[in-house]
Amino acid sequence: MPEREAAGNQQTPEHAVGDFLLRRREQIAQRWADAALFRTVFTVSRDEAVEAGRAVAEALAAAAAAGRVEDPEANAFAVVREQLSRTAASRSRAGSTIAQISAEVDALRPPVTDLLRADLADASAERVLECTTALTVLMGTLRLVVLETVMSAGQELIDRQRLQLLEVATPVIKLWEGIVAVPLIGTLDSARSQVVMETLLDSVVEQHARFAILDITGVPTVDSLVAQHLMKTVAAARLMGAECIVSGIRPAIAQTIVHLGIDLGSVLTRASLADALAYALQQQGADIVSAVPSPASHR
Amino acid sequence: MQTAGGVSACLPIHSDMDLVWVRQHVRQAAAQLGFGLVEQTKLVTAASELARNTLVHGGGGQMECAPLEGRSPGLRLTFSDDGPGIADLDQALRDGYTSGDGLGMGLGGARRLVHDFSVDSRPGAGTTVTVAVWKSGAPRPREER
Repeated sequence: MPEREAAGNQQTPEHAVGDFLLRRREQIAQRWADAALFRTVFTVSRDEAVEAGRAVAEALAAAAAAGRVEDPEANAFAVVREQLSRTAASRSRAGSTIAQISAEVDALRPPVTDLLRADLADASAERVLECTTALTVLMGTLRLVVLETVMSAGQELIDRQRLQLLEVATPVIKLWEGIVAVPLIGTLDSARSQVVMETLLDSVVEQHARFAILDITGVPTVDSLVAQHLMKTVAAARLMGAECIVSGIRPAIAQTIVHLGIDLGSVLTRASLADALAYALQQQGADIVSAVPSPASHR
Repeated sequence: MQTAGGVSACLPIHSDMDLVWVRQHVRQAAAQLGFGLVEQTKLVTAASELARNTLVHGGGGQMECAPLEGRSPGLRLTFSDDGPGIADLDQALRDGYTSGDGLGMGLGGARRLVHDFSVDSRPGAGTTVTVAVWKSGAPRPREER
């Protein structure tokens, strides 16, 4: 017995924790499988949860064995990132807040601490304190790694959605032979208006369009920059031989543009998309007539 | 986060995304105070112009939004930055003058969209633009100042 204790004391607390985690990984994984973080994600099979828990325990053991319990950049945590990013990401998609996920990761610690204490039943009080402290630091680092993963996943999602918005919000619709329309929706910043201009000009060529309608019904704010973008687009379309009509100018927007002092006199405008289409059709020589003869013609 | 509820807020202006935030906050605040649609649109547009000035010419800054007490509810917006400042204010307010590549309508246009407008700027000492708008029907309370 004194021999074992002496051997134990030779190890640093970090190494001891590393050994312990590796030795007890099965029990730890079993306990973690019942923790909220794993249980709620691996709903189909408990074995999967146990397996994920085991991988995390092994990774933590490696980090501890390397003496890098405080270093979230330790190689061993790469495995944790991979394992838990899926888990944490699905928790975050399910609507968990960062605080909830943090608490769930924190809940992984007590079962391990209990096991560690049981393991060190015959060690000195000082030794127990050293080892549990090392374990606590290690689990704190784990929590940091998981939260980092969750937040970067959120950022990735935002970046991806931003790109999606650029594409999604600029469909060019062929309304009639030679007439295309772009319903603009949302904020028209420089990046988006560049996309709008490009897609519109492309479709003017493609559809041999003589009329291009820019509908701004879905643009909440028309300030001088938006107006400038609109005018540039109109001018570019005109250079390509297409007449541009800006439609969907709501009363509030019209009054604001007047106060702002922007001169849209060079731009053809209409109140609604229907008006713009009617104008374009008329210019093309098309007339809209009712298919049902009016009662007057029967008499 | 500060956008949820509440009229008072201090929003950072450091990117295009922040401009969206500023516009949304101002629109919500104005709606909350019972501003009509036209008043809302005017104020949001003025805020958009000034916030963009803060971003483009001032190199980023912040907007403070505060409710105003009075015979009718009002809103005060303060845009401040630590940028190079405005050398010639009269020139900057003139329509069509721009030091960038915009239309040059932002500052002068914003002044026409609000009831009260003041600029505090010195070269090298940053710029603070304060605007105030009261809900329609109320006389412009200039005499209070």
